[in-house]
Amino acid sequence: MDMLYFVLQHTMFFMIPLLIVALGGLFSEKSGVVNIALEGKMVLGAFTGTMFIRHIQHSIDDRLAEGLELTGMLNILSNPVPLLFTALLLSALTGVAVSLLHAFASINLKANQVISGVAINMFAPALAIYVAMLVLEVQHVRFTNQFRIESVRVLGDIPILGPILFQNAYITTYLGFLILAVTAFVLYKTKFGLRLRACGEHPQAADSVGVSVAKMRYAGVLTSGVLAGIGGLIWVLPISNEFSGSVGGYGFLALAVLIFGAWKPQRILLASLFFGFMQTIAAANTAIAFLPAIPAQFYRMTPFIATLIVLAFTSKNTMAPKAAGQPYDKGGR
Amino acid sequence: MSRDGLLSFLSSILVIIAGLLVGLIVLLVSNAEQALPAVQTILTFGVDNMRNVGDVLLRATPIILTGLSVAFAFKTGLFNIGASGQFMLGGFVSIMIGVHALAIPAPLRIIFALLAAALTGALWGAIPGLLKAYRNVHEVISSIMTNYIGMFFAVYLIQEFAFDQGRGTSAHLHPTSTLPRMGFQNIFREPVGAAFRESHVNVGIVIAIILAIVIYIILEKTTFGYELKACGFNQDAAKYAGINQKRNIVFSMMISGSLAGIAGALNFMGTTGLSMSVVETLAMEGFTGISVAFLGLNHPIGIIFSGIFVSYLQLGGARLQPHFSAELVETVIAVIIYFCAFVFVVKSMIGKVIKKKDGGN
Repeated sequence: MDMLYFVLQHTMFFMIPLLIVALGGLFSEKSGVVNIALEGKMVLGAFTGTMFIRHIQHSIDDRLAEGLELTGMLNILSNPVPLLFTALLLSALTGVAVSLLHAFASINLKANQVISGVAINMFAPALAIYVAMLVLEVQHVRFTNQFRIESVRVLGDIPILGPILFQNAYITTYLGFLILAVTAFVLYKTKFGLRLRACGEHPQAADSVGVSVAKMRYAGVLTSGVLAGIGGLIWVLPISNEFSGSVGGYGFLALAVLIFGAWKPQRILLASLFFGFMQTIAAANTAIAFLPAIPAQFYRMTPFIATLIVLAFTSKNTMAPKAAGQPYDKGGR
Repeated sequence: MSRDGLLSFLSSILVIIAGLLVGLIVLLVSNAEQALPAVQTILTFGVDNMRNVGDVLLRATPIILTGLSVAFAFKTGLFNIGASGQFMLGGFVSIMIGVHALAIPAPLRIIFALLAAALTGALWGAIPGLLKAYRNVHEVISSIMTNYIGMFFAVYLIQEFAFDQGRGTSAHLHPTSTLPRMGFQNIFREPVGAAFRESHVNVGIVIAIILAIVIYIILEKTTFGYELKACGFNQDAAKYAGINQKRNIVFSMMISGSLAGIAGALNFMGTTGLSMSVVETLAMEGFTGISVAFLGLNHPIGIIFSGIFVSYLQLGGARLQPHFSAELVETVIAVIIYFCAFVFVVKSMIGKVIKKKDGGN
């Protein structure tokens, strides 16, 4: 039983960033902009987030070592929760900044969205490592993990659900579910969501009733930047105490989650659960007694193979937004 | 050169200059004192001596081929971002043959390894091709998937069948399996005292250039190439003209994949002892190929030069430590690619400016 809980707790670590980043991709694609730059946005989001955490932790240590009291902001940030949320805010802003590049290229200049995405994905790790080398003289951003929650009060004692969701957990897990609920609500129950989806399905129709396609697409791409940015930080926190310029292909995996989830929030949840589970098995299959001893690489490639198969069998009546990937041209039909 | 060609060339040069300027700004911001020497290193190191020139050509070999791979697909209306996976599997097959297939006599073995790598790349490229042609799956999305599947598969295969425990990477090729150096070591070398330090540049660069010319001939001088390009321009018109457009999509992706597969083989079959890593990351050569293709304006001959140019920057960049890290050059190249996304916008802007001056001609 302990083994099962261990697997499920770890599944959460992998699943939540996938869920959040895939939802980010959803906002972008629903507005009509293909976003293969999720990986790059995650990398830079994780980078600024971990740099900030590291910096604050070092400042606090220095002050304490000198025998000084913590004052003002530093005192507040010495608690894990405010520190985490400030770092997440920075990661989100980073994601937005990177997204501005992608949005400007795709929406204003009507450039090839794939090339712009590829460039951002190449640019991000190089920049992260370059800046880390410059500031820290090593490419690894080390930090102390002070964010793990041993057990949430009361909730952690619930049988079955307690160990899965509320023990050995991170606040970011609940943030992930909250983002899912908000996304589903915004996309399907608000005027904004309707307009956003219209721009991805039939931008001419949206334009004809006075919706600014460009503004809506900016909103979609920038929201994806927020979610991919925080997704990067949320990915790195539970599984490592250093960041070295890579999120291990999770941005692309999140894209697969989005496709596997047929561009629908509820199905994206299930897809991220499945993919997160496969990642956990891949990472720990030698430790899990009841699994066959297949090399980890096969578990890692399974989500990608599954996505290819799903694509092969559903693409004739695809769920993808119809205008995704096409620059909007007012004169077009 | 035609007017259109000249415009393309101008916009490409502008893009490169813009990328380099951004790089210079990054340098100035990070370490103003060392910025100018660093620029000098990047711009002159590749021609410092003949050995470096050889090394530039050596590094250019795989990216010219991945560049050709991307460009060939692009000319036929497809975006092959799957070159990375094709590259790794092609590389694995060539290593496998170079290490184990010693029953085949040496010169034949090398040719066999290259052909096998090409076939592997072609088969791996065929997957997104088939999915695009018969299941209407966008090739960019399926290529992302085949990249990761191919990478994990290659890492597994290396660990299982051609692993060197000591190095923790792929095993050394048998000395007779490496690409011949064609006497290049007597040209591309640097005198050190009484001896010489030689570059490991080999027949690979010659193969890359020949393949670039072959691709040019296929695309520009044959009916087959014309049909492939017609599908890229307008699928419906091609279909109306009686071109089997589905078959052509698959062929395009297979040819594109085979070029990336050969890139993998040439990359790992040199005498440098370069081995394949078992770290689970995608090979950068596949993505650098995209920038090489766009800088070379997707023209096979242009790609020879853009490949050498990118390799030149990378070699100079690797020399930057300790003041700057090599990632700086990667950043600059990424910026150049980002601007490449606008190359057509830039081109139309220059076109408009020239038109105005011409008085509307």
